[in-house]
Amino acid sequence: MIRLIWFELIKTFTRWRTYIGFIAFGIIVPLVVTGLKLGGQDSFKRHLFSLLQNDFIIGGNVLNGWFFGFFFMGALWVHVPVVLTIVAGDQIAGEGNAGTFRFLLTHSVSRTRIITAKFIVTLIYTAVMVLFIGGLTIGLSLCAFGGGDLLVVRKGILVIQEARLPYLFLLAYGLATLSMFVVSSLCFLFSAFTDNPIGPIIATMAVIIVSIIIISLPFDLFQAVRPYLFVNYFDAWQKVFDDPVPWDIISMNIAILAGFMITFFLAAVVYFSRKDILS
Amino acid sequence: MTDIILRAINLTKRYKNRLAVDHLNIEVRQGEIFGFLGPNGAGKSTTIRMILRLIFPTGGDVEIFGASLKEAGHRALANVGAVVEKPAFYGHLSAMRNMEILGGLQKPVGRRRIMEYLERVGLAERAFDPVKTYSHGMNQRLGLALILLKEPPLIILDEPTTGLDPQGMKEVRELILELSRERGVTVLLSSHLLYEVEMIATRMAIIHHGRLRVGGSVHDLLKQGPSEVLIKTDRPAEALQFLKTIDTYSSARIQVDGGSINIELDQERIPELNRQLVSAGFNVGALVPQRTLETYFLNLIEGREGADNP
Repeated sequence: MIRLIWFELIKTFTRWRTYIGFIAFGIIVPLVVTGLKLGGQDSFKRHLFSLLQNDFIIGGNVLNGWFFGFFFMGALWVHVPVVLTIVAGDQIAGEGNAGTFRFLLTHSVSRTRIITAKFIVTLIYTAVMVLFIGGLTIGLSLCAFGGGDLLVVRKGILVIQEARLPYLFLLAYGLATLSMFVVSSLCFLFSAFTDNPIGPIIATMAVIIVSIIIISLPFDLFQAVRPYLFVNYFDAWQKVFDDPVPWDIISMNIAILAGFMITFFLAAVVYFSRKDILS
Repeated sequence: MTDIILRAINLTKRYKNRLAVDHLNIEVRQGEIFGFLGPNGAGKSTTIRMILRLIFPTGGDVEIFGASLKEAGHRALANVGAVVEKPAFYGHLSAMRNMEILGGLQKPVGRRRIMEYLERVGLAERAFDPVKTYSHGMNQRLGLALILLKEPPLIILDEPTTGLDPQGMKEVRELILELSRERGVTVLLSSHLLYEVEMIATRMAIIHHGRLRVGGSVHDLLKQGPSEVLIKTDRPAEALQFLKTIDTYSSARIQVDGGSINIELDQERIPELNRQLVSAGFNVGALVPQRTLETYFLNLIEGREGADNP
């Protein structure tokens, strides 16, 4: 199994498309940090102060690297799925499209093992991508704006001491990675259905966009289906910045997200194990 | 102990309303080169894909070295090497890396051994170039190198010479013959080049509309039924008139084709035909039996030949 995973790693990480996301975020994040440093920071300050200055006396470096790291995390999680699907959607459909299954599946190796190896590599790519974005945003933000306590404006105002922040951000990125695992798993499942790698990308993004619209609208019907949509649990990472930290809710969210991920994976295995390879 | 190493038993594949393969029964014996023929859309590729578990049958089963594909699953393919249609590789990777990955799925293979097989198919100098820079013929050779690397006792080849130049085609044919004669490898060969099958296969099966039309040894099948003989003589038009006056040939198909005559005739009767023409004063330059597998094949699928039981 390890050899199969190694082969899949070689196939995935020697394709240039694997690095599209790294290149995109490697350009966008420094550009935004530079923009903030060169004046964009002021609009944040004005907005924040207009909200808080009547009730609080604000002192010290509030708009610090941690603050912008938190801001980036909230802003980017909608965009990260786009780059994840480029790789996840290609994992099975790409081989079908290229015709390489004709060699890969005629050796005495079970389809389940091949699919499992591909899935593990998809998860590895997803984790590397999320952690790359996390490291880049926090690292650059800290370099540009320095450290300090984190001011969280969510369900009220919360100030978190800097000493706890590395641990909380690591936890938050762990939860964000799990959320993105679900996105990649869904795209992986769609990839098993087709030989066209574009299809899974479009289908996954369509599901995410429609789901976000559904959970955003305050209609009773939509709110009733909300618990069944995985995007409903995407903000689990934000909960680690609450006080007190709602560990029971976070645990429940982890279980639900893991459940979605495992379901999508098993569906892909079951479908692909009986799929006719016609390409 | 049986010498049959591959057996399709009532193999059937239905796509909605279309029956692609209909209760197909074929047997491939150890050490033989088995030709698998049929026009486009006859069900050859579907059959080969079912044998290789790329497509799952609607009915029937395949036994490979006595193991049921239905029961043993992918494990039944442990001793099989195959190239199905156009070989496809990971284009962004080198031939060496492709061989390491696709040849190393069951157990790791060393680079030295891979290089030996790449040398054998003439790709050693391009071993580290991305496969996407390869021509179609080079891909075909890489596909052959890959199955040779596995050293399987049963090789399944689907159109192995497609896209190769004449020299490449000859080399592949020689390679297949060498594998069969020197290593006792059994080969199931599907080809649209009928003369190729005629040249190297020992037995064959022809399918049409998903059904087995005929099966048996190439030699025996070629002897069945009337064949054509090409007659080269100094006066073809007069010879044609002469032959039509003889009762034996009056009902046979005879036609002048350029400077020669084609006559439908059993090969055993060629000496008698020769005597008659010479006795009548014709100068006979050549009497060439024209019955080839291609003629037989075309006659069969056009319904001019009766189908045999396999």
